[in-house]
Amino acid sequence: MDCHLDIFFLEALLNGLLLAGLLALLALGLNLVFGVIDVVWICYAELVMVGMYGVHYAYKGGLPFIVAAALGIVLVAVAAGLLHVLVIRPVLETAPINQLLVTGGVLFFLQAAATMAFGVEFKNIGISLGSLNVLDMSFSRARILSFVVALVGMLALWLFLTRTYMGTAIRAIAQDRQIMPLMGVDSRRIYLVTSAIGGGLAGLAAGLMVLNYDIYPQIGLQFGPLIFMICVLGGLGSMIGGFVAAFVISQFIAVGSSCFHTEWGYAVAFLFFMIAIFFRPQGLFGAKS
Amino acid sequence: MLELSNVNAGYGAFQALFGLSMRVEAGEAVAVIGANGAGKTTLLRVISGLVPARGGEMTMEGRDLRLTPAHRIVEAGIAHVPESRRLFPRLSVEDNLRMGAFVPAARAKFAERLEYVYALFPRLKERRQQLAGTMSGGEQQMCAIGRALMSGPKLVLLDEPSMGLAPVIVAQVFDLVKRIRSEGYTVLIVEQNVAQVLKVADRAYLLEVGRIKASGRAGDLAASDEIRKAYMGL
Ligand SMILES: Nc1ncnc2c1ncn2[C@@H]1O[C@H](COP(=O)(O)OP(=O)(O)OP(=O)(O)O)[C@@H](O)[C@H]1O
Ligand SMILES: [Mg+2]
Repeated sequence: MDCHLDIFFLEALLNGLLLAGLLALLALGLNLVFGVIDVVWICYAELVMVGMYGVHYAYKGGLPFIVAAALGIVLVAVAAGLLHVLVIRPVLETAPINQLLVTGGVLFFLQAAATMAFGVEFKNIGISLGSLNVLDMSFSRARILSFVVALVGMLALWLFLTRTYMGTAIRAIAQDRQIMPLMGVDSRRIYLVTSAIGGGLAGLAAGLMVLNYDIYPQIGLQFGPLIFMICVLGGLGSMIGGFVAAFVISQFIAVGSSCFHTEWGYAVAFLFFMIAIFFRPQGLFGAKS
Repeated sequence: MLELSNVNAGYGAFQALFGLSMRVEAGEAVAVIGANGAGKTTLLRVISGLVPARGGEMTMEGRDLRLTPAHRIVEAGIAHVPESRRLFPRLSVEDNLRMGAFVPAARAKFAERLEYVYALFPRLKERRQQLAGTMSGGEQQMCAIGRALMSGPKLVLLDEPSMGLAPVIVAQVFDLVKRIRSEGYTVLIVEQNVAQVLKVADRAYLLEVGRIKASGRAGDLAASDEIRKAYMGL
């Protein structure tokens, strides 16, 4: 073990903090959809992967990055809307396992489709923002940008959910589905809008991730389990819980990586997760069932 | 205003309403009384589209309600205060009221109606930021009625507004019903509190196992021996 309270340790902590913004953004979309529609999108990380390819090719095709990133948001929002209408809505009234299985099927479909369309090689978007050096510490500018944009995205969602009729209905429907028609609300429309917003958040995350990571068809497997773990640790469906859990988990990863070895970061985070969930099965912010 | 003729309804293979016919005229307060399981709640659910009518006709001011999807019934001028209130417990009082004004026509008048509801129920204004689920039963009933009024309805359906409340509060709830009556709303109210509801209603229907057994002026029903024995414990 090689753990000292030195500047490198501080650097690791701060990098963990920066990573947490992106993880929190990723967890938010999944939690929103689960909290409102009661469906877990097993293929969530693959939606992000689709968005990453979309941003990559839009940028390589000559569009300015900011436009490509905006297109990525729209692309994944539309994909998520289609996912809801074509795949989830038909089985919405059936046993929950069916919804898990159909979105699991979409996961394999998207991976296979991406492999055939884009090949297995790693693709880099080729934008380097360089790094910011403070004292002896070095931080990737792409990570700092991701952190800030993720926070802004989350703030925008919060304003939408608390300040608009549609947002209020999205919060209400999770509390009482049956009486929504009495409010003049068409639940099917709320579910569709929620799916599109969940997809839009995944698309926003995709635009940030291409700045930080290479793209390949299986990239979802690298961070998907982490996102699910964060959501469950925070309390599945709890947006605040997911936010807090993202910061907790990313610190475990950062400290684990700094003290042991990079690979161990994830293992330490999962170990903590298992212990925490043993004592609080409903998650940090989850309601007791 | 509201007219039902020969309406059947049920849940799956179970039939809850049999050939039901009734009408509510503009400006009236009409009560539906009956024992547990008689089908009172089902009747209101059929009117607001939560349970589909299986036969017969149902119109609101000439508009065919059977052809109107449930989420469009509000726009026909019908607001439903459901059994046991069904507020959104983890939304604030004001957000609950906002949900009542969800339809586009009501949104345009949100500020005006919010002021109206707060004037009618000053308690709600004091509690506007409180989570609805943490209020007392009587306050929740005010909020549920206020939420219904936010859509600017002509007809208000009330399902057992006195349920689960202490006697003092029950009296207050019937005062509330009288108030919204005098505000010009047409009211269709379901109650087990027969003696009291017959005092606020103009007319009443007696429902027994899904069929209308008696109907008439509220005063006449209140004077009938049969009803006094069976429903008022006298
Ligand atoms: N969701 C449902 N599924 C199946 N049967 C139902 C359902 N809701 C009500 N019923 C049945 O329909 C009948 C009428 O019920 P309803 O709730 O309309 O009665 P009610 O007159 O409102 O009774 P209460 O005074 O107890 O509220 C009852 O026999 C009830 O068991
Ligand atoms: Mg009832």
